[in-house]
Amino acid sequence: MSSWPWLQSGRIGDPQTPSLGSLAVSDFLRSYLTVAIFGAVALLLAGGILSLGRLIRPSHGNAEKLLTYESGVDPTGDMWSQSNIRYYVFALLFVMFDVEAVFLFPWATRLEAYGVFGLVEMGIFILILLLGLVYAWRKGMLRWV
Amino acid sequence: MSILAELAYWQQTSLRVAAGLVAVLLPAGTLVYLYLFKMMSFMQSRLGPMEAGPFGSLQLVAEVGKWLQKEDIIPTRADRLIFGLAPFIVLMSTFLLVVVIPFGPDAFFADLPTGIYFALAVGSISVIGILMAGWASANKYSLLGGLRAAGQLIAYELPMVLAVVGVVIQAGTLNMQGIVVAQADGEIFGWGGIGNPYILTQFVAFAIFLIAVQAELTQTPFDMPVAESELVSGYLTEYSGIRFLLFFISEYATAGAFSAIIAVLFLGGWYIPGIDIDDNVFNVIGPIVMMVKIVLVSFVIFWFRFTMPRFREDQLQRLAWKVLIPLALVNIAATAVLKVAF
Repeated sequence: MSSWPWLQSGRIGDPQTPSLGSLAVSDFLRSYLTVAIFGAVALLLAGGILSLGRLIRPSHGNAEKLLTYESGVDPTGDMWSQSNIRYYVFALLFVMFDVEAVFLFPWATRLEAYGVFGLVEMGIFILILLLGLVYAWRKGMLRWV
Repeated sequence: MSILAELAYWQQTSLRVAAGLVAVLLPAGTLVYLYLFKMMSFMQSRLGPMEAGPFGSLQLVAEVGKWLQKEDIIPTRADRLIFGLAPFIVLMSTFLLVVVIPFGPDAFFADLPTGIYFALAVGSISVIGILMAGWASANKYSLLGGLRAAGQLIAYELPMVLAVVGVVIQAGTLNMQGIVVAQADGEIFGWGGIGNPYILTQFVAFAIFLIAVQAELTQTPFDMPVAESELVSGYLTEYSGIRFLLFFISEYATAGAFSAIIAVLFLGGWYIPGIDIDDNVFNVIGPIVMMVKIVLVSFVIFWFRFTMPRFREDQLQRLAWKVLIPLALVNIAATAVLKVAF
């Protein structure tokens, strides 16, 4: 597979080789330049459609039309109202597990090189995090009421 | 690298950008016409659009023309800057998601060594855009919808990420091309007749990923963020005209992109058994193979959408935290043990 140099150099069972191997750094950076260009193209496309529409769409705004929609009646009170604290708790739980996932990926790519040692190590790591989930579960944090 | 390697970087990139626009817009258009217009109509015993073009096939053109002529309404109480920025960010997230999808040995946009990891990372940027849309609209429905969407997207982000770990353990690489090659070279207990499409050996991960994608796309049965009967249309309530169209394009393009990622991770990507994987012919038939797989996978996604009733908010969170995440962790453990044992 000459097209994918890092696949060859990062061969499983050879933990010494860095996974980027013989891939030139400029190629590596260039692929991220392509990513940045794609992001810019997305913004240009959205901006292009918006300004194309400006040429042909009407613009007759009045106070009633620009009122906030609230099922046909006049909006009341503060629009940025209070909301459920649950969302905050779930966001905290999410951070915990997302960090776990970050640690799982490098281990998953090189599992064959680490063998049984890596398996046991990661088993302990997942178990500790699982305890966190069980704790949150027991405390009733996963209940949405 | 045969043909493309001789071109300068800017020439390659221009080709890739042109192809990228097709790869974003073509699946989106196909899904909207094929499934949203036609399949949904047939499942509800009606014909769907029939007037514009043969069998209504030009309806999309008519729709885009209609959206272009709509007045651009920004409510006076809305936060104008963030309100305007939100659809841009959601659309950008979709484009960055498409970047890593390979359509053939040389037909890729950017072959990142950490392909699938990058995809999972940029895929969740859309949460920020949706939260911005919900907040900046200064509308009670929008705020609730935005919060619901954020809560749902981060809850289902985890099963999705953990399901991918199982595939990564089997493939031994994060690179999307590498995952395709690993499936093509793979064997199922010593039999390599069709390679090893991971839908066979990672079926649990496939099921979890499919459910999580359904939730990430806020499609029924997970459409609480845009539930019409409760929240008008959630974070989209105040958006009209072109700005709504941007959200709409991005939603269906993301559906196509996630279908493509499922095709790469679980269905063998651009490879089909019977042809040598080093054959250059895959640069030509690869995109076609991918398109067929995208349409097949998204058929399942839309089938669920048109069949299932809506969950309740507590059922949604319970499914993610108490069923899918433990199941995904068990799947990782089982895959890892089997990988080390054999």
